[in-house]
Amino acid sequence: MSTTEVPPAAPHVGRSLKRKEDPRLITGRASYVDDLTVPGLLHAAIVRSSEAHARIVSVDTSAALAHPGVVAVFTGEDMADLLSPLPMAWVPPGVEVNNPEHWPLARGEVNHVGDAVAVVLGDDRYAVIDGAEGVVVEYESLPVVTDPEAALAGGPLVHESLATNKVHEWSLGGGDLEAGFAAADVIVERRIVNHRTSGSPIEPRGVIADYRTGSLTLHSSTQVPHFVRLFLALMLGISEERIRVVAPEVGGGFGAKLQIYAEEVIAAWAARKTGRPVKWIETRTEHMAASHHGRDQIAYVRLGAKSDGTLTALHARIIADFGAYLMLLTPVIPSLGAFVMGGVYKIPAVQTDITGVFTNKVSTDAIRGAGRPEATHMVEVCMDQLASELQIDPVELRRRNFIPKEDFPATTAFGIVYDSGDYHAALDKLLDHFDLDGFRAEQTELRQRGIYRGVGFSTYTEICGLAPSRVTGPSGFGLQTGLWESAMVRVTVTGAVIVYTGSSPHGQGHETTMAQVVADRLGVDPQQVEILHGDTGTGPMGLGTYGSRTTAVGTESIARATEKIVDKARRIVAHQLEAAPDDVELIDGRFAVRGSPGKGMTLAEVSGAAHIPDNLPEGMEPGLEATNFYDPENFVFPFGAHACIVEVDADTGKVEVIRYLAVDDCGPAINPMLIDGQIHGGIAHAIGQALYEQIHYNDEGQLTTGTFLDYCLPTAAELPTFETDRTVTPSPVNSLGVKGIGEAGTIAGTPAVLNAVVDALRPLGVTFLNMPLGSMAVWNAIQEASA
Amino acid sequence: MDVSMQVRVNGESREATVPPRLLLVHLLREQFGLTGAHVGCDTSSCGACTVHLDGRAVKSCTILAVQADGAEVTTIEGLAAADGELHPMQQAFWENHGLQCGYCTPGMIMAATDLLARNPHPSEDEVRHALEGNLCRCTGYHNIVKAVLDCAEKTEVPA
Amino acid sequence: MIPAEFDYAAPESLDDAIALLVEAGDEAKVLAGGHSLIPMMKLRLSSPSLLVDLRRVPGLAGVERNGGLRIGAMTCHADLEHDSSLGLLSTVAGKIADPQVRARGTIGGSLAHGHPASDLPAVLLAADGSVVVRGPDGEREVAAGDLFRGFLDTDVAAAEIVREVRLPSLDGFGFGYQKFNRRSEDWAMVAVCALVRVAADGTCEDVRIGLTNMATKPLRARAAEDALRGKPLDAASIAAAAEEAADGTDPSGDLNATPDYKRHLARVLCRRALTEAAP
Repeated sequence: MSTTEVPPAAPHVGRSLKRKEDPRLITGRASYVDDLTVPGLLHAAIVRSSEAHARIVSVDTSAALAHPGVVAVFTGEDMADLLSPLPMAWVPPGVEVNNPEHWPLARGEVNHVGDAVAVVLGDDRYAVIDGAEGVVVEYESLPVVTDPEAALAGGPLVHESLATNKVHEWSLGGGDLEAGFAAADVIVERRIVNHRTSGSPIEPRGVIADYRTGSLTLHSSTQVPHFVRLFLALMLGISEERIRVVAPEVGGGFGAKLQIYAEEVIAAWAARKTGRPVKWIETRTEHMAASHHGRDQIAYVRLGAKSDGTLTALHARIIADFGAYLMLLTPVIPSLGAFVMGGVYKIPAVQTDITGVFTNKVSTDAIRGAGRPEATHMVEVCMDQLASELQIDPVELRRRNFIPKEDFPATTAFGIVYDSGDYHAALDKLLDHFDLDGFRAEQTELRQRGIYRGVGFSTYTEICGLAPSRVTGPSGFGLQTGLWESAMVRVTVTGAVIVYTGSSPHGQGHETTMAQVVADRLGVDPQQVEILHGDTGTGPMGLGTYGSRTTAVGTESIARATEKIVDKARRIVAHQLEAAPDDVELIDGRFAVRGSPGKGMTLAEVSGAAHIPDNLPEGMEPGLEATNFYDPENFVFPFGAHACIVEVDADTGKVEVIRYLAVDDCGPAINPMLIDGQIHGGIAHAIGQALYEQIHYNDEGQLTTGTFLDYCLPTAAELPTFETDRTVTPSPVNSLGVKGIGEAGTIAGTPAVLNAVVDALRPLGVTFLNMPLGSMAVWNAIQEASA
Repeated sequence: MDVSMQVRVNGESREATVPPRLLLVHLLREQFGLTGAHVGCDTSSCGACTVHLDGRAVKSCTILAVQADGAEVTTIEGLAAADGELHPMQQAFWENHGLQCGYCTPGMIMAATDLLARNPHPSEDEVRHALEGNLCRCTGYHNIVKAVLDCAEKTEVPA
Repeated sequence: MIPAEFDYAAPESLDDAIALLVEAGDEAKVLAGGHSLIPMMKLRLSSPSLLVDLRRVPGLAGVERNGGLRIGAMTCHADLEHDSSLGLLSTVAGKIADPQVRARGTIGGSLAHGHPASDLPAVLLAADGSVVVRGPDGEREVAAGDLFRGFLDTDVAAAEIVREVRLPSLDGFGFGYQKFNRRSEDWAMVAVCALVRVAADGTCEDVRIGLTNMATKPLRARAAEDALRGKPLDAASIAAAAEEAADGTDPSGDLNATPDYKRHLARVLCRRALTEAAP
């Protein structure tokens, strides 16, 4: 290990430091949930419904119980002592939301393939799988509905007791829509499908629950350990101080681990019931059938414009397929899209109308981008459709309608305030890297030879840094929680720095970027700053990592806590060196007195003085630590411009992405290398959805894409090298000026791919497509266009 | 009926008694405590379980432990030198940010070292195809490919 | 996902292996590389009571040249891939699944398994190859045309083992292999293997075309072959012949490819494979 390498000097912020978390990960020494064990462990396997909709007539567990190694089998009836069903955390003021009970193990009825019916516990991982095979469930089939529009139009009821498949209706809008469309010379109307996808982190979910003498310790591969603790307390009736939830090394999340899952509750309940620790590890097949999915919206979009391209109105009517149950954030997801409907454009009237629908499929919820990719896709696809209709270059059409930089902070027609932006600059920079005129000439030339290339653009903004509580909370948007973040910074007696964050990373590199921020403020090496996360037993309550919130909210909280340390350090130094606190500043890693650079103390000396308090200022508490809870004033709005270049094999319909360029702006970079990494992964996720990935249920509600053989994540062989660059427009919302970047690539990407394919195929008469752009769909479109 | 077997793992001779259906990945992880090889799928698709068996990258989730009887296995834990000095491929992944959540990483590194053992100076396209049995959800493969090319450039004999 | 329980034996000779298979009856399976069988067992689509592992049986791997090729059944795809002197076989082996799978999967296992979407069966068929099968009553040679009977159904009896794969000399033939899939690691949606020999006058002297995944078993595109044989090997004749490629096929449909689309792909890929194979 190259620990002898001399670390770069401060400032560390802004540098591409190698990650602190990597040594354990590249040597196989990290501890993911399945790498952990506890003495006396019971393994758990879940018996899942093979039916999309059925009454459970009987569950025969005798064969399973007779299997060697099986210790117990429990069903939903056995878990009757739960105090509440699985949670849904959205209760918007004034909106009626139909919310059926959703129990960890089904009670009498299953509503999708993969619904959990029973749990088999045993001494051996292999024995419980055999045991689960032996549980015989007798079902009485009920009618199935999988198409959300059919479900709304009087299709079979998913929940008979609700007498409707409609979950809710919710709208957000502003400006005079009718006048806007009346003023339009052209109105583009499209039905835009955003198909269902899976989050598919490569580490499946998993949990170990250990209940001893009234206290529960639960390790879970989750993005939200504090929420898991809260809901376990409420459901199991265990007081919160007796529950510790730990997210150990987490192998990716992408929203799929932003949830309170049945298996977390089942494991905890079973550990208490049996008195032995319980481990459950998800299989990939289970992930596909029982971890929440994303997207699955059908949108009827109308975009109006004057003949010169000036946008006049935008209306999106969204039918959102929520699947069988409302999980933690299910009904909120399309609403997050409504917050950025209209994207980067100045549009006087914008309206989003959302209808949520039950179907016999697994629930949808947050998957990377969560509502914002869908909205961006609608807007950006319609912009290209409009450009074609008006015979205006799609780049030019975008430029004409950008919210100009002098308008920031900019208020949208529906009242959301975009913090900062310079959309022209991002697009200009993109075109510095991409010779559009040259491409057009080459495109024309290649078409003569039967080679079909196209370019698609996407200029986007997104709303992230999820917070602030005043907007998202109970009296605002209706989430039954605050959305802030916490930090505790502790300097030990030797000057080591330990930071407890409420964020809960799963690949983002927080241990590095947060250490960079702290190190610069305290004059230490980032290697000396340990970031502890994902453990409710250590720092203060936190709200987890999702919605590109950690840097803008969590790291800002750390910065603020660190400033309190700095403030105390200056007072200690001033007292010890007989100077005024205001004259103490950090110079070359020492808290020194301005004008007397020889007089100063290192952080270790300050902390030593703070912990051995024989010369502290009058009334000052010993110790050197500080806590901060940070609830920002606003969201943050990263933005950028992407271009995708594809080649389509017109004989087969196969699409290949041959170039992908992205210019993104998330404010000042803490670690540029890590930002690029987030963008790369986000783009791959978008290309995956556009071209390869699709969750599909047949009409009987059977999942036909239940493994990695048929749910096709792109491999290295399908993707190009990405060309990335940045502009830097600080956010006024936080002191770091930063915006989130974890979801940007995914939010921007799908329309760039789709627009590129349409651009390639226009000479063949193809003018519009919906995802996923599998080869057969593309080839069929070419055939229809030429018919 | 359980079967006795012997296997060299990371240079050390190990003995085990295993049920025939025990998968190699579970022998490594649960009996030998080598948890660096991960399980990410059920269909031999993701490659997170990749180890070297008699010098070749294989998916240890699709091999019975007994099939490794008498064989030589190298896992991610056995790649660095005994004194802890990283293998050049590990170093290259670190320096090029070739990993995020780290779950696919051991398999990626084992597949990548296998490639360079066969083909010390691959093209980008060859690298991408050599990694097509390993899925990553975080990196978009960009920095993984970069790391492998960087390693190839910096080292003459990588494995 | 793990296999159901089974008994296991790793005999040291082919005859011992056959004796074990005879004793166990239909419930036993031969284990070669295991990369078709073990995935099915993990998903519990196959639950044999006994696995007879061939790993200790000597002499089952390697390539012998005697005009044609004699390839030991336990030769893995990677060994074929990395021997570029094997031409067509090397090219096709390099397109099977991914490198790790190719390091374990074997030619004999793949052919005995007979999956309609796997690469090698159509190659054996196009090359007019055969397999040597040993059973309790001795050895027999099964021609490719007789080997593949239907979905995962080959003319290899429960107590028989593929010992060797034989390919006649393909001297004078050009080859083309076109595999179409969603991702390069996937099973073939459709694949076409073409072998073309050109006569002195530039016409097509002989042509053989194997189709993958166009029925429950690999097929020869006889109509396309007949359309090209004796014709000049120019773009027009190739295109005309390729139009016949889907004649007599019966592909299954799925989410990503309907039967009609597969037939279309067969025609396109046939044209490309023939173009590749023609001089």
